Amino acid sequence: MVKIMETSDIVWEVKKNAIRHMIQSGKRSDGRGLDEYRKIEFVENYIPKAEGSCLVKIGNTQVLVGVKMDTGEPYPDSPERGNLSTSCELVPLASPDFNAGPPNEESIETARVVDRGIRESKMIDFEKLCIEEGKSVWTVMVDLHVLDHDGNLIDAASMAAVKALLNARMPKLEGDKVNYKEKGEKLPVRERPVSSSFVKINGTILLDPTLEEEKVMDVKMIIVTTEKGEICAMQKSGDGSFKREEIEKMIEAALIRGKELRENL
Amino acid sequence: MGGAKTDIELIKNGKRIDGRKFDELRPIKIEVGVLKRADGSCYMEWGKNKVLAAVYGPRECFPKHTQNSYKAKLTYRYNMAPFSTDDRKRPGPDRRSTEISKVSREALEKIVFLEYFPRTAINVFVEVLQADAGTRCVALTAASVALADAGIPMRDVITACAAGKVDDEIVLDLCQEEDNFGSADLPIAISPRTGMIHLMQMDGILTPEEFGKALDFATKGCLKVHEMQKKALKDKYEKIGEDYGNE
Repeated sequence: MVKIMETSDIVWEVKKNAIRHMIQSGKRSDGRGLDEYRKIEFVENYIPKAEGSCLVKIGNTQVLVGVKMDTGEPYPDSPERGNLSTSCELVPLASPDFNAGPPNEESIETARVVDRGIRESKMIDFEKLCIEEGKSVWTVMVDLHVLDHDGNLIDAASMAAVKALLNARMPKLEGDKVNYKEKGEKLPVRERPVSSSFVKINGTILLDPTLEEEKVMDVKMIIVTTEKGEICAMQKSGDGSFKREEIEKMIEAALIRGKELRENL
Repeated sequence: MGGAKTDIELIKNGKRIDGRKFDELRPIKIEVGVLKRADGSCYMEWGKNKVLAAVYGPRECFPKHTQNSYKAKLTYRYNMAPFSTDDRKRPGPDRRSTEISKVSREALEKIVFLEYFPRTAINVFVEVLQADAGTRCVALTAASVALADAGIPMRDVITACAAGKVDDEIVLDLCQEEDNFGSADLPIAISPRTGMIHLMQMDGILTPEEFGKALDFATKGCLKVHEMQKKALKDKYEKIGEDYGNE
């Protein structure tokens, strides 16, 4: 066992240098262009028991998102607004590096960045999720379930979450009871935020990194854009740094990609 | 951004709610070497924020399997005291502080010469004693002063500062009301020597033009704070020099 580990480590070191070298000459190991996205597939309403759901595949990466709803008390500072809570589980079947147990840094960051995109873009009309002011409101629970990890989890999770919210139907409210068997109106949504992730490798910036590319990257940037061409969330991730001009370029690219993808959402 | 409804006028006659100009920082005080046991420490007041940072290390790395044969392991713990906010904060790490700790550690990892200290650990601890918006920036600014105070070799003393959008105006260094009721927040950390951006987060709505202006503001804010960091460090060692001279 120990021996196998060592061999794979050496293979990885060789591969790592090869990937970095290729990128320097403008090529990617899977033949894509630097600003080219992998093939995206959606399966909507994958989980009919959930209020809304979507399975998204970006290349080999697969993320399933389910939306469930329940009633609860509003927060004291927003008595007339519903709530959103986003969680992410890096399911152990998705990668040899994932372990069962409490959420780690990576899953918390994924959930919080996806949450920020949805919340700050004002995608959900929370005021329409008020049942009785100060007493009862709807809580929207978005669960990000990573099924196969081949890089760019945040874009995949964000896309799946937005799709799941767009097709979500609210459960019926009968008195104080929630009837999950009957689906009622559509969830009030009014925006389609799109997340775009970039990584920098040896000074070159590329869109939609694979896991291999994420492993050799210097640093990553996630930019979420709105329909109006605004930025609604950003996050620098990884231990490297960016120049100002690099960030401005990525914003431009994120806005273009957001527009393209939104036509298919 | 809270996005909560408010009747508060955040900007009145070209002045902000606390009387500042759009590109004005809150008052800042930095003290170096305030803790006896730590290898390096820093106390910082920034507006109503009160933050204490301590650095231990390079020291033995535990548990041993987390050692790295090529470089030191850097840890960063951002923690808010239960009494630091209006509503008591439940003690211990939560999702927010875990994320802040992660991005702050990542901001420092390429600044510290970790490769000089293989197999060791360098631990940075930051306690927010009183919170008043912008705590992650105060924490990171104080942490890098504490690292310098610990004598740990670094490529630069990193500085963090936020800019944001309040009532359609881009402003520097949001205070609590502006953070709660404003419409965007952009905390960054830069290496003042190179201008490279080592931490960047954004929430709220900004157009690309507004983003550019906010980034300008935050960068200028960082450069001002950086002068204060350097002065605080110099003051401590000048004082030691004077005390030594008087003996």
